[in-house]
Amino acid sequence: MVLFLSILVIFVGALLAPVVSKRGKGWAALFIAVPPLISFVLLVRAWIGTHYGADPLEVSWQWFPALGVGFDLRLDGISALMGLLVTGIGVLVAIYSAGYMKGHPQYGRFGLFLLLFMGSMVGVVLSNHLILLFVFWELTSITSYLLIGFNHEEEGARKKALQALLVTGMGAVAMLGGFIFIGMETGTYKISELGGFQSVLAESPYYIAMVILVLMGAFTKSAQVPFHFWLPNAMAAPTPVSAFLHSATMVKAGVFLMAVLTPSLGGTALWNGLLMTFGGATFLTAVCLGLFQPDLKKILAYTTLGVLGLLTMLLGIGTVLAFEAMVLFLLGHALYKACLFMTSGAIDHETGTRDVTVLRGLRKAMPITAIAAGLAALSMSGVPPFFGFIGKEYVYKAGLALTGMPLTVLVVAFVGNFIMMALALKAGISPFFGKPAENLPKHPHEAPWTMWIGPLLLGTLGLLFGLFPGWVSHVIIGSAASAIAGETLDLHVKLWHGLNVALFISAVTLTAGIFLYCGRRFFWHRHESFNAFWRPRGAEAVYDYLFDGMIRLAKWQTKRLQSGYLHNYVFIIALATIGFLGWGFLSFNNWPKLPADLPLPDLLFSGTILAMMVATVFAVITVNRITALVSLGVVGFGIALIYVYFGAPDLAITQLLVETLTVVLLMFAIYRLPAMRLLSSKKTRLRDAILSGVFGLLIMGLVLAATSIQVDLPISDKLSEMSYSEAHGRDIVNVILVDFRAIDTLGEITVLSVAALGISALIARRVTRKKEESDG
Amino acid sequence: MNSFILSQAGKLLFPALLILSVIELYRGHNLPGGGFIGGLMAAGAFILLGLGVSMEESARRLRVRPTTLLVIGLAVAALSGIPGFFVGKGFMDGLWLPEFHVPFLGGVHLGTPLLFDVGVYFAVIGFSLETVFSLAVLAEPDEEEAS
Repeated sequence: MVLFLSILVIFVGALLAPVVSKRGKGWAALFIAVPPLISFVLLVRAWIGTHYGADPLEVSWQWFPALGVGFDLRLDGISALMGLLVTGIGVLVAIYSAGYMKGHPQYGRFGLFLLLFMGSMVGVVLSNHLILLFVFWELTSITSYLLIGFNHEEEGARKKALQALLVTGMGAVAMLGGFIFIGMETGTYKISELGGFQSVLAESPYYIAMVILVLMGAFTKSAQVPFHFWLPNAMAAPTPVSAFLHSATMVKAGVFLMAVLTPSLGGTALWNGLLMTFGGATFLTAVCLGLFQPDLKKILAYTTLGVLGLLTMLLGIGTVLAFEAMVLFLLGHALYKACLFMTSGAIDHETGTRDVTVLRGLRKAMPITAIAAGLAALSMSGVPPFFGFIGKEYVYKAGLALTGMPLTVLVVAFVGNFIMMALALKAGISPFFGKPAENLPKHPHEAPWTMWIGPLLLGTLGLLFGLFPGWVSHVIIGSAASAIAGETLDLHVKLWHGLNVALFISAVTLTAGIFLYCGRRFFWHRHESFNAFWRPRGAEAVYDYLFDGMIRLAKWQTKRLQSGYLHNYVFIIALATIGFLGWGFLSFNNWPKLPADLPLPDLLFSGTILAMMVATVFAVITVNRITALVSLGVVGFGIALIYVYFGAPDLAITQLLVETLTVVLLMFAIYRLPAMRLLSSKKTRLRDAILSGVFGLLIMGLVLAATSIQVDLPISDKLSEMSYSEAHGRDIVNVILVDFRAIDTLGEITVLSVAALGISALIARRVTRKKEESDG
Repeated sequence: MNSFILSQAGKLLFPALLILSVIELYRGHNLPGGGFIGGLMAAGAFILLGLGVSMEESARRLRVRPTTLLVIGLAVAALSGIPGFFVGKGFMDGLWLPEFHVPFLGGVHLGTPLLFDVGVYFAVIGFSLETVFSLAVLAEPDEEEAS
């Protein structure tokens, strides 16, 4: 229950946010920090309740029992680590947003989106069912689309939001396919049960398909090469969003997924090879691209990419030591990167620029921000005794302990780390030192307390966890690594391991990083030519090409298919229906017969039929649209009468109401049309008459066939039997609609809503155009 | 379109149709009716008023925008599926309160399917009126013609 509540409380908070902190003024703006705080406390309590992962918590509710989909949640080491990071950093980001977005006219909407995202993310990490995980996964994609495109008046923001959505959405569809393969092979979707099926999965004929499909989802979400381009572009989002989504939470979802599936899907050469190759490639590509960036947020985005690559690579190495390194690095990175994003946002907020080539000497004006950024940058650089140092030591240790191909991993880790260190200094140290810059767009002051408290706390934690690694290693790191390894590990993280090779490599990394930092101007001066060269040759160019191609294809087929003449549409629809139905009809190979016991129609029935036929003929020959419409209305009412005749009052009432509504709606639509004129040739009309005749005959035949052919026992008997006993209703039509098939109905009214919005949008556009024309 | 009969009918039938629509909604589970029929009937009341008097008057009587009703309807319908969770049943599994007696109404039996039907009711009203109000704009005479 606690786990369910920890998700629910955030979603409830999201719905309240637009009401409570509408304009983001005063204390009300801080409201959005409350739901994640409650959730954080609940998770901490639940985690202590499991004795720090000694006996993981699992709960499940039925959701769609008929489909075997349950609302199953679990709390093990890795999900607790991620859940606490999401909610903990969520609180700090929410406080930060209250300062950063202060007085924004759409603050309430921002709070809604942010909390919706947060709830979905907590859902992802707590899900114990693959389908449930997928649902939350998609929710994070959609909410992050809304967040990246929050400044929706800028075309760039909209475009980049769509890019992130398309890339991650495409991956997610592939991932769902992979999940279904897994479910088919093992017979379960429960993540906690999958661990026992490792050999079943690895020997399955679909294993390769599974791995590739699942990794498509994870790689797109965690922005691995070649899908890396969306992440730096997503920096169009407001800074609190970048700090939250693009450092600590959403982009880690992919890594998280790979981690939780490692015990079941992992352990094979294919899995490890793919993870190491793509992870390593991402790590190197990202840090090299990052070198050339002069924009603070972009630098941070590229180093985030790099870390995601490193984490993936560590999972691919697949040794216990690598898992430990991965968990340590993940935690360390979340702390320092969220902090650096927030301080870079504070710098942007106070100076009006994020260009590192002009930012200098801010330490006097913004001392607290400077301290927070400095702490985070040192942790990111891997300077002892910060927590980042421990993470890096473990990476090197994992690389050294590897037999077979140790050098490659070590070299990649070394190169990546020293470039990343230079970038850390660039982002966290260089804006604050040197002579204060004169030509800044705004005169800098210290940011409000809401904007430095979070970064300062995170920066300090980076130092404290480094000094006292025992705090976290016992509480969470050990059980998180155990959850990935699928066995219980006994982990004692220490800051100081004595003089050894790993320490030596760390020292070399530090030296190389400082040298590279000194030469930073070399890269900045070349960033324009560098980007101009790579932009049309990179992966994003492929995306653009495909995207434009899709739009061209859409335009081409619209031009071919959409003639704009209603006449043509009806013709094509009728023809296609005849084609498909006729085919099915013929392949039935069972000619319909008139029922033998056909009752003799009485006066009421034959009168109704006669009236309908007369009305039909009238509708065909009239040259007045309104007459035609009313005649068709007569046909519709006639059908309602037939329903009454056969004792189906529900259908009759519905038919009457729908028919009335249709006539009124069509009336509005044709009211302004010019008088009907005969434009088509005799030939066309003959063709249409034949088509209509065939159509009518076919439908008649089908109806006859449907009544004479009995494939199975009619479902209606069973339903009417169950109607009162199980659903407490005597009106079976209604019981089907609101109980037996309620989810279908829910889908139908959703479609209705979308249709209504579409109609009103189309007409509103026409009306404004009409107004514009009459105005000028 | 100025018809005395239509405008009087619209005014007089409006409350009657609305009451009837609620009755249809309520009795739907056991007798012909339900959210869909009730919603169409209520929408019919507003459309009749709109045709007889004016669409502006009808929209004014509605007080909220049709899209708001759409959203309320969808939310109510979707949320009515949640209570099933709390008693260990599935999403959208019906839950019923014990039957109790109310004067005039007789035995009252309330449950989540009825709540779902209320959602359908509002969604149908929202859909019909959103469409009618939008399309009605098309049938308005152009400004230059009117002047």
